[in-house]
Amino acid sequence: MKDTAAKPVLLTMRDVRIDGHSEEVWSPIIKGVDLTLHKGEVLGLIGESGAGKSTLGLAAMGFVRDGCRISGGTIDFDGIDLLAASDAKKRGLRGKRIAYVAQSAAASFNPAHKLIDQYSETPVQHGVMSEQEAHRDAVELYRRMQLPNPDEIGFRYPHQVSGGQLQRAMTAMAMACRPDLIIFDEPTTALDVTTQIEVLSAIRNIVARFDTAAIYITHDLAVVAQMADRIKVLLRGNEVEEADTRTMLSAPKEDYTKSLWAVRSYARPTQPPVRKGTVPVVAVKGVTAGYGQVDILKNINFDIHKRRTVAVVGESGSGKSTAARVITGLLPPRQGQVLFNGKTLPPDYRKRNRDQLRQAQMIYQMADTALNPKLRLRELIGRPAQMYLGLNGKALNERVRALLDLIELEPDTYIDRLPSELSGGQKQRIGIARALAAEPQFIICDEVTSALDQLVAEGILKLLDRLQGEFDLAYMFITHDLATVRAIADEVVVMQNGRVVEQGPKDQMFQPPHDPYTELLLSSVPEMDPDWLTRLLEERAAKAAG
Amino acid sequence: MALLLTLLKVAIAIAIAMASGWLFRAALVAITRGETRKMLRTAPVSAGFGMLVVFVYVFVAVFAHVIAPFSEREIVGAQFLPWDSTHLLGTDNLGRDMFSRLIYAARNTVGIAFATTALAFIAGSFLGLLAATVGGWLDQVLSRVVDVLMAIPALVFALLLLTIFGTSVVKMVIVIATIDATRVFRLARSVAMNIVVMDYIEAAKLRGEGLFRLIIREILPNAMAPLVAEFGLRFCFVFLMISALSFLGLGIQPPTADWGSMVRDNASLITFGNITPLLPAGAIALLTVAVNFVVDWSLHRASGLKE
Amino acid sequence: MTAIWTMIAKRIGLGLLTLFVISIIIFGATELLPGDLAKSILGQSATPETVAAFRRELGLDLPAHIRYFNWLAGAVQGDFGTSLANKRAISDLIATRLSNTLFLALYAAAIAIPLSLTLGILAALYRNSVFDRAANALALTSISFPEFFVAYILIFFLARTGLFPSMAQVDAQTAFGDMLYKTFLPALTLTLVVTAHMMRMTRAAIINLLASPYIEMARLKGMSPGRVILKHALPNALAPIITVVALNLAYLITGVVVVEVVFVYPGLGQLMVDSVSKRDFPVVQAVALIFAAAYVLLNLTADVLSTLSNPRLVHRK
Repeated sequence: MKDTAAKPVLLTMRDVRIDGHSEEVWSPIIKGVDLTLHKGEVLGLIGESGAGKSTLGLAAMGFVRDGCRISGGTIDFDGIDLLAASDAKKRGLRGKRIAYVAQSAAASFNPAHKLIDQYSETPVQHGVMSEQEAHRDAVELYRRMQLPNPDEIGFRYPHQVSGGQLQRAMTAMAMACRPDLIIFDEPTTALDVTTQIEVLSAIRNIVARFDTAAIYITHDLAVVAQMADRIKVLLRGNEVEEADTRTMLSAPKEDYTKSLWAVRSYARPTQPPVRKGTVPVVAVKGVTAGYGQVDILKNINFDIHKRRTVAVVGESGSGKSTAARVITGLLPPRQGQVLFNGKTLPPDYRKRNRDQLRQAQMIYQMADTALNPKLRLRELIGRPAQMYLGLNGKALNERVRALLDLIELEPDTYIDRLPSELSGGQKQRIGIARALAAEPQFIICDEVTSALDQLVAEGILKLLDRLQGEFDLAYMFITHDLATVRAIADEVVVMQNGRVVEQGPKDQMFQPPHDPYTELLLSSVPEMDPDWLTRLLEERAAKAAG
Repeated sequence: MALLLTLLKVAIAIAIAMASGWLFRAALVAITRGETRKMLRTAPVSAGFGMLVVFVYVFVAVFAHVIAPFSEREIVGAQFLPWDSTHLLGTDNLGRDMFSRLIYAARNTVGIAFATTALAFIAGSFLGLLAATVGGWLDQVLSRVVDVLMAIPALVFALLLLTIFGTSVVKMVIVIATIDATRVFRLARSVAMNIVVMDYIEAAKLRGEGLFRLIIREILPNAMAPLVAEFGLRFCFVFLMISALSFLGLGIQPPTADWGSMVRDNASLITFGNITPLLPAGAIALLTVAVNFVVDWSLHRASGLKE
Repeated sequence: MTAIWTMIAKRIGLGLLTLFVISIIIFGATELLPGDLAKSILGQSATPETVAAFRRELGLDLPAHIRYFNWLAGAVQGDFGTSLANKRAISDLIATRLSNTLFLALYAAAIAIPLSLTLGILAALYRNSVFDRAANALALTSISFPEFFVAYILIFFLARTGLFPSMAQVDAQTAFGDMLYKTFLPALTLTLVVTAHMMRMTRAAIINLLASPYIEMARLKGMSPGRVILKHALPNALAPIITVVALNLAYLITGVVVVEVVFVYPGLGQLMVDSVSKRDFPVVQAVALIFAAAYVLLNLTADVLSTLSNPRLVHRK
């Protein structure tokens, strides 16, 4: 770790307050935060959604989004008061001395211009170098960012380049004027884990190479552990604590930080293996399926047993969600079949009877889109019980109240609310209650925790775990997050490009030897150890050389 | 000087309009409760003015027979009498009381436009929601038919159909409602398309809900806000189209009092500097402005809440 | 590049197909008439002999599809048959009127397009300012005005004082400058109506665009406001602006009908209205076909142009 505290101070923020305008009133987003950054230092800003990380990061450039205002404090960048500086003066700094890397490179590159023209715009307009020099420099930086075909890639348009490559091209663009400070705003959040590694290592190299200071914004602790010298934790616009990375990871002071760290260690005991010959609740047999001419799934087989959780793991495009659509009958397979308690299910859900529909329920990733925003909880949860179990009037009311109790929401308070009057975690609980209302044997959980903050996600996992024991449920857990797999799975199915590359009991899956793809996937998941990325890259380099 | 005076008059009119809009909003806030009240309190003055105007028109339309001093079709004096205390706005080209006809026209013109819009809306939104929900060939057929019908300019299409069927109120209502239903269909379908891809619709389908309940209980409540705003816009469109046709002599037929044909019948006065024929035209404009102000506010609200 | 030409060819093909279907609708609409067309035009008192003669004259004794193809073949060559009202060749009636209507529409467009694009962009740039609010309220108001109201207001204020003529009486001999002067009020009426629409739509399109992350990125790169607009927003704004312009030019097509009647301008719209009241359906069909064709061609052009201005489509993967 660099000893950066000795270096001169680059950026100082004191008691910064930022308000946001919504529904005709100004409400605080940042409530008085201090921040000091030394030259060449990387500061990690972490927090859950709504913590104000991005707003604070942009404020470091003297920039606020429309509908926001800086209402107090001071921001000093290398002796320049950013709040007092004229617009022209701030424009002179932006891009040249302070640069920005956005979360979605695909949306942040202008679709109308070639990458290299967008690269050279900054140095040329700021008068740092000529167009030709900028082009030469761009190729050099593209090479350094390990982009394929660095000589030629700049002459493509953004939509012609993949997400991981665009994110690296954007970092190169930020580096064009060799700024003193770069703000990285969740640069790898939208990427798959295996792609994330490449981008992380490229960013880390180039920041170190030019000794650039950076503010690295993310919600992912393991990522920030690799990137930052120091970490600052934010919660709802306030600072929780700040310390250098190793101290923060090993000895956090505040309860909130400790609770964030603790989530990663949650794991439930693994169930004993199923006895041979037991009929699985759900059996997927030789399924090939797809849209149009393209096969998304190729000869898939797996079983899900009573009181067991099967985690289906894979990156985007691996076919894991398609597998769920085949089981629910939304996508009838071209070949193969789905058995329920040993009996073949009709491939199309419209051909299934009520009881077959009732037995298999689904919980969705985005509770916001999974709950009809115009229906009250009474109807949202009550409808399946009414349809499938024929409950009405008082009995239905009692059932809904019992279900609310089950998911730990107070019935009197919540029964007549709309989804918009609930928090993210509460909405996901309603999704669970709706599935339970049908009294199913089997539930598909499609990335149910990936849209939630970690603490909330843990609560959902624990709830699902408890309910499984209480009602003997079989779960199919679709996820891309291996930490979640470790926490809840009994068995794991690893998918890549529509095939199952490996499957088996969880404990066995996390032990070598692996299938090469599983190996790549497992090793790419960031760990909380600050040396993890360095070690991994060395190992991979050694393997490639050997 | 004359120009300055006109400008001053316009400024005073705007000030009065704003003040009355403000007062009407205050009155509404005072008599409402809860969510509605909260919503009204943030309404711009223009929307308050719009609501006031709509309220007045509805009132006049309902109580036309009480308010109007003379009957709708009776000839009460000489032609083109000037404004006086008996005939507040003088008489028209046949010697009928202008003021009374203006009042009765509120009932006729607005009523017919409202009925036409409602007809277009019921047909268009039902088919639009159905097409989006069922999808497949039904959606394909309906959408292609609508595409072709929409490729003919509305007024031109209306004129063509009226040539063939002849001009009468019922035929005009059916023709305009049909043409307008295509526009409603397109909007309802696109709104519903955004809703049917939601997971809660998938969940409802997987639950085994029937088509009827899917549309009424799951899709319609979520499509209501844009559909209501669209109703306002479509009403303006239909209202202007009926007025245009009546003005051209092809819409509402005499002796029924109607603003569009009243302009046409008395237009010759304008060149003599008499503004009487502009009054029915202004009555049309004022209502359309008012509805547009309210719609603009509701669209603004809808887009603001999304962010 | 071939992919995009295929796309454009498909779009043109679709446009022609639409036009073909429209011609069937316009022709076929008369077939919907309950009872006998000849009888309903001549009235109940007509003798069977006159009805029969009239049917032959209209060609109603031939089957519908043959009449349709005869009509279409004629229409493509500019021959729309003869008017029922005055027995003149429809092509003669239409020829000068078509150019008059085109003149008026282009005149209005030439004022309205630059004016409304400028106003729309300014309103978007200074959104929520007093200027924006005033422009918005004004636009909303003028959208709400029936065309004949705008026309009569203009006549009331501008024509009564003798500044401009209230009747746009022109003929083939009228000189260009005189045309501009005589058609000023109708053109201004159309301009006022269309500008409001176009301004609001341009404003919405630009605001939508300015909210894109790549615009924020350009600002964070320290680019000047002018450069952000010209270099970053405008190239992407072409497609929405083209659509806005096309939609409003198409709107002009309907707009001319009423305006021509108010100003007694010898254009297609006035001809159509006259023919509707006389139930001179061959003329109505001919004019409707011309209007519809113009409308379809406008939308077609707009689609092709916005395809060509979209870098995602021009530079394929």
